[in-house]
Amino acid sequence: MNSNVTGARIGYIAFNTFREAVRDRVLYNLIAFALLLSGAAILVGEISIDIERLVVVNLGLTAVSLFGVVIAIFIGIGLVSKEIDKRTLYTVLSRPVRRWEFVVGKFFGLTGTLVVNTFFMALGVFLALVYVAHKFEPMDVWVLAALYFIVLQFFIVCALALFFSSFSTPLMSAIFTFALFVIGNLSEDLRGFARVTSGLGGAVATAIAYMVPNFSALNVISQVAHGDPVPGRLILYNTAYALLYSAMAISGAVLIFQRRNLK
Amino acid sequence: MAIAAIEILDLEKSYLVGFWRKRPKLALRPLRLTIEEGEVFGFLGPNGAGKTTTLKLLMGLVFPTAGTARILGMDMDDPRVKAQIGFLPEQPYFYDHLTARELLNYYGQLSGIPSKERSARVEQMLARVGLSDSAGIQLRKFSKGMLQRVGLAQAILHDPKLVFLDEPMSGLDPMGRREVRDLIQQLRQEGKTVFFSTHILSDAESLCDRVAVIHQGELRGVGKVAELTSGTQGKVEIVFYANAQQVPTALTALGAESRFGGGNMVNSVLPEAQQDAALDVLRREHMKLISLTPVRRSLEEYYIQQLRPAENEEIRNQESHKQENQKNELREEASRKGVGV
Ligand SMILES: Nc1ncnc2c1ncn2[C@@H]1O[C@H](COP(=O)(O)OP(=O)(O)OP(=O)(O)O)[C@@H](O)[C@H]1O
Ligand SMILES: [Mg+2]
Repeated sequence: MNSNVTGARIGYIAFNTFREAVRDRVLYNLIAFALLLSGAAILVGEISIDIERLVVVNLGLTAVSLFGVVIAIFIGIGLVSKEIDKRTLYTVLSRPVRRWEFVVGKFFGLTGTLVVNTFFMALGVFLALVYVAHKFEPMDVWVLAALYFIVLQFFIVCALALFFSSFSTPLMSAIFTFALFVIGNLSEDLRGFARVTSGLGGAVATAIAYMVPNFSALNVISQVAHGDPVPGRLILYNTAYALLYSAMAISGAVLIFQRRNLK
Repeated sequence: MAIAAIEILDLEKSYLVGFWRKRPKLALRPLRLTIEEGEVFGFLGPNGAGKTTTLKLLMGLVFPTAGTARILGMDMDDPRVKAQIGFLPEQPYFYDHLTARELLNYYGQLSGIPSKERSARVEQMLARVGLSDSAGIQLRKFSKGMLQRVGLAQAILHDPKLVFLDEPMSGLDPMGRREVRDLIQQLRQEGKTVFFSTHILSDAESLCDRVAVIHQGELRGVGKVAELTSGTQGKVEIVFYANAQQVPTALTALGAESRFGGGNMVNSVLPEAQQDAALDVLRREHMKLISLTPVRRSLEEYYIQQLRPAENEEIRNQESHKQENQKNELREEASRKGVGV
């Protein structure tokens, strides 16, 4: 039972999770996304001059992010808990599958689904860009960086949903995860607030500011909408941060799940 | 010396119940049981006896409060164990977005069946449980019995040495039950060990080498089916033709309980010790003997006998528990009252 086989099993579990999402028509959200984006592009093309690109990038990327986060939360909270409830896990865990392999496989299945989903949405955004601007510009390359950061956000959101659902109800898990997503998006402000606050309040604010996922750093949408570049250092830093943060949340989920009595 | 297939070493499970999850509820009292390799072993007991709990403990789906088990000579937590066992859960439920074929293929992957052999193996299993024609249908459209068949197929898919089946016949039609019986027989012939729980005593009687009876989480009896049912009860049954619609009084005097079958045929049960005297009576009266058989105990009788002393034993257990740990016992009793009545 070497690492090779472990990798294969995680891959099989991930693929099955992906297939389940596809068959449960999760990718149908792309239709709504396409309608929204083309509607917006046509509207913007009609009325505005010069700010079409700004609007399309801003709106497009925000929609990519929100659609993805909603999917990440709603599937993420059920990823493992649904399998416990439905007892589909019994016949998986009675095979040579370790519990942590199962959790990690489920995680990659969902993030894989989101990557595919984001790929198609990204295509849509670029199509809309071409539609309104009639050409690609060099600065459009930074849109790719923004999309990459959005995917990193999905990793963290999936991991958090998985973590919360390992010990609380689906509803509570969804609320916790969404709350952290919102607070995480304000984490830059929170850090600023912590810096100017002293005493106990400041300490608490600092602790919270550094514990919640730093989604602000992962959000460069308005920056790239204005055509500003994304520094390579930030890409590196964000990658490491997102991987570490997700790994920690997943480890927490695994630790809890390892010792759990299945219903 | 051959290693035992399953060695259950004082496996014990109590669940914490109640709003604060503080009250312990004993689902399985320390269970010690050994199943030899190649045996077909029946695990019997009424609803809520602890059969499923035992199987879930052995599968590592729930964790024991105390005790452990060895499976195929390895510790029950050893990851290598899982490659050699198959498990059919109670009322199995599967990924319903998959077809039967896809599901078995997925499980084959997880069990590490090489891709070269996998699809042939999957088709073979589908045929074996009679699902070849529905193999391409998503499981959400399967009936209960069809799911049970899928469950059986996945349990033996990877050719495990040891198979655990939790109520394998449940939900199946008469043909299906028969097929499962045949399947278990085949597994026995292939030298596999089968450990299954069931409520159907006739199945257990015809299939099992040994059975265990468990009640209220406690092992009540274990034994070879042949021995449990061969106990002659010290009685014989004599069937004969009487000359008229009347049982000879001499026979009744020997302690025979008789009833008429069809026509003048009489069915008498009497103590084994009176067997010869009874035959003498028949000879004297010129009555035609049809058969004489020792009265065998059915598995059902054994089973019911194991459950019956329950009440008395329970009181005894309660007494000794009280001495050991009065406080704990009071809690338990409260939970029993809450649930039992
Ligand atoms: N998760 C749980 N929490 C609390 N009690 C439980 C739990 N699971 C099982 N029990 C209790 O453990 C006892 C044994 O249950 P188990 O499912 O093992 O019975 P069983 O022998 O399989 O019965 P059946 O023939 O009905 O399937 C029951 O009293 C049940 O209420
Ligand atoms: Mg049961």
